[in-house]
Amino acid sequence: MAQKSVWSDNRFWRRSATWVTGVASVLLIWLTFDTMGQISMGTDADLKNGVTKRVPAPTVINYKVDYVFDSRRGHEVPKIGPEKEKFFGKFWSEEEAAALLHKGKLASQAKNCMDCHTLLGNGAYFAPDLTKAWLDPAWQDGGTMQAMTGKNSKEEAMVAFLMNPDQYPTHERMMPNLGITHDEAVALVAFLKHMASIDTNGFPRNFGRMQGAVHGK
Amino acid sequence: MANNALTGVGSESKQLATWYFTFAAIIFGAQLVFGVVAAIQFVEPSFLYGVLDFSIARILHINALVVWMVFAMFGSVYWLLPDETGIETVGIKIGKLLFWIFAAAIVVVVLVYLFIQVGPADDTTIWFITEGREYIEAPRWADLGIVVVALGFVANLFFTGMKGNRSGIVTVLMADMIAFSGLYLCGMFFTDNISMDQYWWWWVIHLWVEATWEVFVGSLAAYALITIIGAHRKVVEMWLWIEVAMLFGSGILGLGHHYFWIGTPEYWWEIGALFSALEPLPLVAMFIHVLYDWGKTQGEQMGAEHTDEDHVKSVITNKPAFTWITLNAFGNFLGAGIWGFFHTLPQVNLYTHGTQFTAAHGHLAFFGAYATILIGMMYLAIQGTNGIKVMNHTKASIWGVSLITSGVVGMTVALTIAGYSQVLVARAQMGGTWQAYFDGQAGMWFQQAMDWRLVMGVVTLLGFVFLAKDLLTSGKSPVHER
Repeated sequence: MAQKSVWSDNRFWRRSATWVTGVASVLLIWLTFDTMGQISMGTDADLKNGVTKRVPAPTVINYKVDYVFDSRRGHEVPKIGPEKEKFFGKFWSEEEAAALLHKGKLASQAKNCMDCHTLLGNGAYFAPDLTKAWLDPAWQDGGTMQAMTGKNSKEEAMVAFLMNPDQYPTHERMMPNLGITHDEAVALVAFLKHMASIDTNGFPRNFGRMQGAVHGK
Repeated sequence: MANNALTGVGSESKQLATWYFTFAAIIFGAQLVFGVVAAIQFVEPSFLYGVLDFSIARILHINALVVWMVFAMFGSVYWLLPDETGIETVGIKIGKLLFWIFAAAIVVVVLVYLFIQVGPADDTTIWFITEGREYIEAPRWADLGIVVVALGFVANLFFTGMKGNRSGIVTVLMADMIAFSGLYLCGMFFTDNISMDQYWWWWVIHLWVEATWEVFVGSLAAYALITIIGAHRKVVEMWLWIEVAMLFGSGILGLGHHYFWIGTPEYWWEIGALFSALEPLPLVAMFIHVLYDWGKTQGEQMGAEHTDEDHVKSVITNKPAFTWITLNAFGNFLGAGIWGFFHTLPQVNLYTHGTQFTAAHGHLAFFGAYATILIGMMYLAIQGTNGIKVMNHTKASIWGVSLITSGVVGMTVALTIAGYSQVLVARAQMGGTWQAYFDGQAGMWFQQAMDWRLVMGVVTLLGFVFLAKDLLTSGKSPVHER
């Protein structure tokens, strides 16, 4: 072996490893600072002033949320407001909305949601992705879920389902009863609506726009 | 130095290593059992419904995976430390105490998962039942316990490395284990912001699995090549450093491929795509090059010197371990490298993200990159503990490695097909709604793939039975040279 070449010198490679690792780590930390700024939650004032944040304030539950194609960005993006809409029949103050989202996020962890579902596409693959569940056609007016639960709003239908999922089977694979209380269910619906308002760079694509050919719809 | 590995008797560090390996093997078995339960539930959803739901079976499946690997990793370090440093591990009494604390904590966590399962939406659940975040569901009290145990382990490693001979392998391990333990802290806090939550969650999951763990197995492969075939330390350690540079150089910023769709900015598309596409490169390099160099120099030399049957036979001093470590080199490249690259570009990942495709990659990657080499380390420990000069295959070891490998490869192929079907129907065709999801699951090819996944899962479990039998009995088998 050519022992004298720098390419077979352990010290050279040890230093290279240290430098490469150091540079990569510094870059990651720098990018992390930038990303933290971009994904920190917006404020109620942002929503009122129409300032777009990637992750909006909890009071986003007081607004109509949609997911529409943006031709400039080349994919769908959340559309928040400007129309307001009541959530469980009322508008929520900043404190109320924050407390509700807090409880909803806690519930999503306490019930191990992501060990069957995916949230933002991460989790298990035993049940549907929940990223844009709030916008799912199945829950809208005239959708199957309001009819099945006998409720006349999306929020109420979701609450009824979450509290007794085993009574409203949508598939042979049924969600089990996880002992979700009424308050927890309301909070979970807020968590889902908030998640649907996050800018996910167009994931999932074509959500709810295609009815598919499987059942010839 | 290589010879020290053959005399595990008398080293307390090596004795502790065998405790870690034993507990790891038990948890490995549990991982496979709960995996089969979850696989059955895909085919027959009423199986254990309301008793041990899919979510719980899956938590146990993936947590057992992480725990057995961490145990086997700790065991591997305690095993190789005396050989590498030339001294007994410092603080071994504390090491033994920590083992029992760790094992007891795991048992409590598992019992809570099994029998309490979920809690109310408040902090007590996060502290005592589950944190509900995939892979690191362990409640916060256990998180704190894990940090204490990890710190104790790192301290043992550091003090031993500083006191004894600090080889290149030990140096890499010391740096790697600090990062490994520190990263766990990123997964311990609670936030209402799901994007922020997943950003830091990936610091644990990705930077463990695609950076620090990969470097860790690089160190193990280096140790194993020196121990089993007597490869030159200088060549092996040179390749280890090259591997560290390539793994950290690609893996740290490769983290970006998890930041395509979680609310994070678009620039992660380019960063994640570029760096994660480089990740497969190092995975097979060290092993191939060491074997190549070894063949060119030592192999030729040995071949010239010893033409008689006996010497040719004993070039590889531990055949089961060498089989598993060879599988590691290729399994890592295929499972983590190729199967990872398949869906790492954002243009593809937009559709494959969160489908069975990920599961296919996960199965082959964890097996190929980690399970294989850790099982190889268990065989080295059996050789050392029983004073075996040349360890040969037994019938059970061959059945074990063949069935487990076929089973995992079979599951991977099945899940890949399921993934294709799911991606095309539920995502590309129907746009990922609730209805789209279930239409995707109802497809004939998806369902057949899930049937095959279950069959192959059972094959894997069967292979484990042979492996367990071999690990328990091989030490006394007459097939080895003593």
